[in-house]
Amino acid sequence: MNIGIDLGSRALKMAVFEGDELVECRMVESGFNPHQQAEELFKSFPPCRIMATGYGRHLAHKNFANGVITEIKAHALGARYFFPEAMTILDVGGQDSKVITLNREGKVVNFQMNDKCAAGTGRFLEIMAASLGFTLAEFGPIALSSGHEAPINSMCTVFAESEVISLKNHGVPAADIARALHLAVVSRLAGMIRRQEANAALVFTGGVARNPAIISLLQEHLGSEVLVPSLPEHAGAIGAALHAQMSST
Amino acid sequence: MQDFEIKPYPELWHELDMDVERFDKARQMLGGAYSKIFLSQNNRPQAMAYFDEMIAEIFGGRIKELVQAKKEGRPVVGTFCVYIPEEIVLAADGICVGLCGGSPGSIPDAEKILPRNICPMVKSAFGFKAGRICPYFQAVDFVYGETTCDAKKKTWEILDRLVPTYVMEIPQMKKERDRALWIEEVKDFKAKIEEISGKTISPEQLAAATKVINGKRRALQRLTKLRAANPAPISGKDALLIEQIAFYDEPVRFAAKVNELCDELEVRVAKSEGAFPKSALRVMVSGTPMALPNWKIHNLVESAGAVIVNEESCIGTRYFKDLIAEGTEDLDQQLAALTDRYMRIDCSCFTPNDERVTQVLKEYKDSAAQGIIHYSLQFCHTYNIEEIKIREACQQEGIPYLSIESDYSPDDVGQLQTRIEAFLEQVEG
Repeated sequence: MNIGIDLGSRALKMAVFEGDELVECRMVESGFNPHQQAEELFKSFPPCRIMATGYGRHLAHKNFANGVITEIKAHALGARYFFPEAMTILDVGGQDSKVITLNREGKVVNFQMNDKCAAGTGRFLEIMAASLGFTLAEFGPIALSSGHEAPINSMCTVFAESEVISLKNHGVPAADIARALHLAVVSRLAGMIRRQEANAALVFTGGVARNPAIISLLQEHLGSEVLVPSLPEHAGAIGAALHAQMSST
Repeated sequence: MQDFEIKPYPELWHELDMDVERFDKARQMLGGAYSKIFLSQNNRPQAMAYFDEMIAEIFGGRIKELVQAKKEGRPVVGTFCVYIPEEIVLAADGICVGLCGGSPGSIPDAEKILPRNICPMVKSAFGFKAGRICPYFQAVDFVYGETTCDAKKKTWEILDRLVPTYVMEIPQMKKERDRALWIEEVKDFKAKIEEISGKTISPEQLAAATKVINGKRRALQRLTKLRAANPAPISGKDALLIEQIAFYDEPVRFAAKVNELCDELEVRVAKSEGAFPKSALRVMVSGTPMALPNWKIHNLVESAGAVIVNEESCIGTRYFKDLIAEGTEDLDQQLAALTDRYMRIDCSCFTPNDERVTQVLKEYKDSAAQGIIHYSLQFCHTYNIEEIKIREACQQEGIPYLSIESDYSPDDVGQLQTRIEAFLEQVEG
């Protein structure tokens, strides 16, 4: 048995493998003591090899994990688990977004991460949803229901929030504002993808890949198909578990 | 870890009209950072003791030497750039010191006056003078600036209000007419130094000074060659520190101490001993200078278990890779040889500057590195744009490559750590 734990900025994810079979995935909020939360996640499993990834990886290594890999490598392995031919991966998590390019053998040859702010990440969408009074689960479908968007110029979370307030007070429908906010994120992500000279189908991982509006707008923007794994938020944990398996043999 | 303290000299600081109370806090913070980042390293060469002492005395011992020199009527010149011909200062029995400009602590002082969206090195330097928190700035007779970028060029005009600032024009191309301009600038520089010192520089004095500075460059070249060994005999952090100290230490003593260190490193190399294990990944850094105490990238890379084996940078090989031809006692020929040497510096302020791309690839091979991290300070447009050519050359050669743009603030350290670790995973394959 091998376990991968992804200690992300907003959520902790765990993937458990018995041999080549993925037997369990769990997710909880990161909370204030992420490594203790993580220990809760796996304590019902027999002792085994644990590989950590994500922001909290070094803390986990200090406390319980056998080793660490970065989110970049973890998502590369996780994406290949779902799509063995994957060459370009977009991962959008709570606090950062990355574009990763692999060679045919699946090795990372190039990657980019967003700047040090929350623009183009899950956190941006979360704050914007709250400012319009939606839950995160409602936010994407609402955006999809609108046919035209209001103009949003700012990608800075703080400035965008004031734009949202101003649009609301001009009577612009919430669905139009929601669509504009999604589009702002998508154009940012598409910019990162284009810099990477991606030509193969894009695999989209991370919690934001659950958002139907982002997927739809991204496909429109790139003019190509976007592949989403069945468990996009667990791709990092799955990659870490697969690495645990590889490095034990 | 041994007890380490940067020694306080409050009386000397008062004499230099410094903000003593504030500066003393900075001194303690720097001492703490130095202990944590440098003294905690394993397998440091014994001869690093001298450089540790240089840091312990950074705000005292060396400053006393500068103050003493001034009392003797010798010129003390502050500089910011590898284009300032220090041989000429030395020939007039003067001292050239690189000034403070590598810390985030002085940036708020600068932002009271300068625009925020300019290079952190320029802001930091200006802030050190504005806040009276750099004893070197307080001790110099004047600052010699140059025209290598717009931020510096225009800041000199404002800095001149706080400390006399003279500017040497560095052309932006390398045609024959640029060389003609340059040699005129070198002659003006010499005239300025002669005016300040009240001495006429003789060919014998210039020959002797050239020999001394060439000696410093040779010692640093020797250190660079030794770093090519695997296991690396010295950490990148320690080597960077030495390259930083090269800008303010007395050149004859400094070269002797670097050579002593190299003697020790030769023994290490012969015995296959290193500061890092042989399996450590080897990384080369290329790009903008890392002024003391900017150890951010080196600290992140080496904390992740890799070793930095070369700095292709102004605080690095660009400072010492070229020597001045010696052997003539004719002043015009000497100044021509000096200008030829300074014209070979491949700063990104030049266009075209393809020799830098060639140099990066050469140093990559010479240092037996396994990957390149390009480092550019925020708002350093010339290095940031030239990065495109370095990246393309690395792609063509199949060299693992990571580009980082950063400033002095610690707020991107978490993100950089992830990027650097992912890069090392990529190098490992």
